[in-house]
Amino acid sequence: MSKKILDIRELKREFQMGSETVRALKGISFEVEAGEFVTIMGSSGSGKTTLLNILGCLDKPSIGDYFLDGVDVKKLSRDELAQLRNRKIGFVFQAYNLLPRTSALENVELPLLYNREISVSERRERAIHALEAVKLAERLDHTPSQLSGGQQQRVAIARALVNEPVMILADEATGNLDSRTSYEIMSLMQELNSQQGKTIVFVTHEPDIASFSSRTIQLRDGRIQKDTPNANQRSAKEVLAGLPISDDY
Amino acid sequence: MNLFNLIRIAYKALQRNKLRAFLTMLGIIIGVASVIAMVAIGQGSKQSIHDQLSSMGSNMITVLPSSNLNGGVRIAGSSFQTLTQKDITALQKAQYITELSPSITSKGQAINGALNWPTTIQGVSPDYLDIRKLSLKDGIAFTEQDVLTSAKVCLIGQTVIDNLFPNGENPIGKVIRFNKIPFQIIGILNPKGQNAFGQDQDDILIAPYTTIQKRILATIYYQNIYASAANEQVTDAAVSEMTQILRDSHRLRDSEDNDFTVRTQAELINTLSSTSGLLTVLLTVIAGISLVIGGIGIMNIMYVSVTERTREIGLRMSIGARGKDIMLQFLMEAILISITGGIIGVILGIVSSNLVTLTLSWPTIVSESSVMLSFVVCAITGIFFGYYPAQKAARLDPIEALRYE
Repeated sequence: MSKKILDIRELKREFQMGSETVRALKGISFEVEAGEFVTIMGSSGSGKTTLLNILGCLDKPSIGDYFLDGVDVKKLSRDELAQLRNRKIGFVFQAYNLLPRTSALENVELPLLYNREISVSERRERAIHALEAVKLAERLDHTPSQLSGGQQQRVAIARALVNEPVMILADEATGNLDSRTSYEIMSLMQELNSQQGKTIVFVTHEPDIASFSSRTIQLRDGRIQKDTPNANQRSAKEVLAGLPISDDY
Repeated sequence: MNLFNLIRIAYKALQRNKLRAFLTMLGIIIGVASVIAMVAIGQGSKQSIHDQLSSMGSNMITVLPSSNLNGGVRIAGSSFQTLTQKDITALQKAQYITELSPSITSKGQAINGALNWPTTIQGVSPDYLDIRKLSLKDGIAFTEQDVLTSAKVCLIGQTVIDNLFPNGENPIGKVIRFNKIPFQIIGILNPKGQNAFGQDQDDILIAPYTTIQKRILATIYYQNIYASAANEQVTDAAVSEMTQILRDSHRLRDSEDNDFTVRTQAELINTLSSTSGLLTVLLTVIAGISLVIGGIGIMNIMYVSVTERTREIGLRMSIGARGKDIMLQFLMEAILISITGGIIGVILGIVSSNLVTLTLSWPTIVSESSVMLSFVVCAITGIFFGYYPAQKAARLDPIEALRYE
């Protein structure tokens, strides 16, 4: 029995730029069920970023409804939104956004610091567990400057996992990485999705990356142009195995 | 978010930039240390003045002749001759006074063989030694009997000994001459050193007042009357009692002004204390200004820090920090800086106060109140100057903060 994680109905978002009204989203409806791996695609100006901000509860829709895991986001205050982000969403950013000069473990612990129900020992335990899940158990004490780009992004994914969110929201998470590392990250994402049943919403403009997901939503000019399940989902692991090993000489 | 987490987050953030945190702290450290050291020096000098005056006898009361209106012309007090034996007799009945001594002085040349030294001879009663807290190093004091017989005996101060007996002989029993009158030395005064005004208190001869009156000055008047109140608390009562007795003795009518002045050491202590109190206030104000400058330093750095860490703020907000959490984090950073600076400043202030005492031998007193006060001011400085930058951080829009370059 699947559960609706995202439920978006006739969602519109308008911005007031001086006297002009910019309509970034012009009525979007879709649902995402638990365990789906959705990519949202679109060229720049398609409303992709606006949608992402709303999905991430950083912004609220002007018109329309957004239910995240059954919670009506529109009714929440600024502080309640912060708490919702803390409990239900795991963010992965293009630029990793790790705290400099801070160990991987402490970076991963960060979201739990804002959750008063979690004790110091539990916080540490969960952070170590999350880093194990992204295969960085050996690098707990490394600071971001001591890690490669791919490793930094894996720390960021661990940070997104640590609060056990209902959805991982990735914003161009492979945008700063070379193709081999991108595939590694996608392989990790697929693993989290298939083995741990994590719901993933992945925003990208690369069709190559989108082919690893189970469903693609194509945005154009503030509307959904195409919403299709991915019939032949590629396995990132296999693609990775197929790459020539001589890449790193 | 609980307090422990908050302190932890703020501490980690400061730790990422140790040197900057320390330099920001430096303003507070210097401010607090200077407040404590300055107040300690001020308090120390105040206390030492007080002690010095107490050693002169803090319950001492002095009566001086003073100017009185005489046919419309005021005449200087010192040329007035109003204090006589009649006043002494009357004052002996006063209940708040335990000791009483007239005083009369004469300047002249003290001669011992070929050596001579210009000094002052003071004629007093045997009570005088107690009133002024003087004591003898050797020999004996003169008695009431010596006063009655106008005996030619004297007590000698150290400075006079040094000049008349330079070879270290024992002056007791020796006879010296003062203005041609021979005096036998019967006692040596303990050295008192200089008084608060730099006067040498050991350059003196002390003899029975009758001897000076009759044998040297040929006068019936006294220049001063010294008295001791029973204790410091009844000094005021003693003053009014003495004033009334002297007015009666001088037969002054109600409409007439006093032809004498009664002074207490308390007045002197108050005058000097208020002078050095003013000094303390001045020093404290200067030190307080440096504390404010330290606070502005904190504010400046916190603003820079908020701008520089905009992305971090955006990230923290996106993973669930509320505006309040961000605000408290930056406020806590400012408070940590100011309180840590305060603690270091207090230690530095105490150490440097002791160093001043040790090297310059200035008396210093580190008062608890100055430590408490500067510490409280520190915490308030942190909150006050940290508030606006923290509020700026809390009001950032997470979407824009995340994109900030």
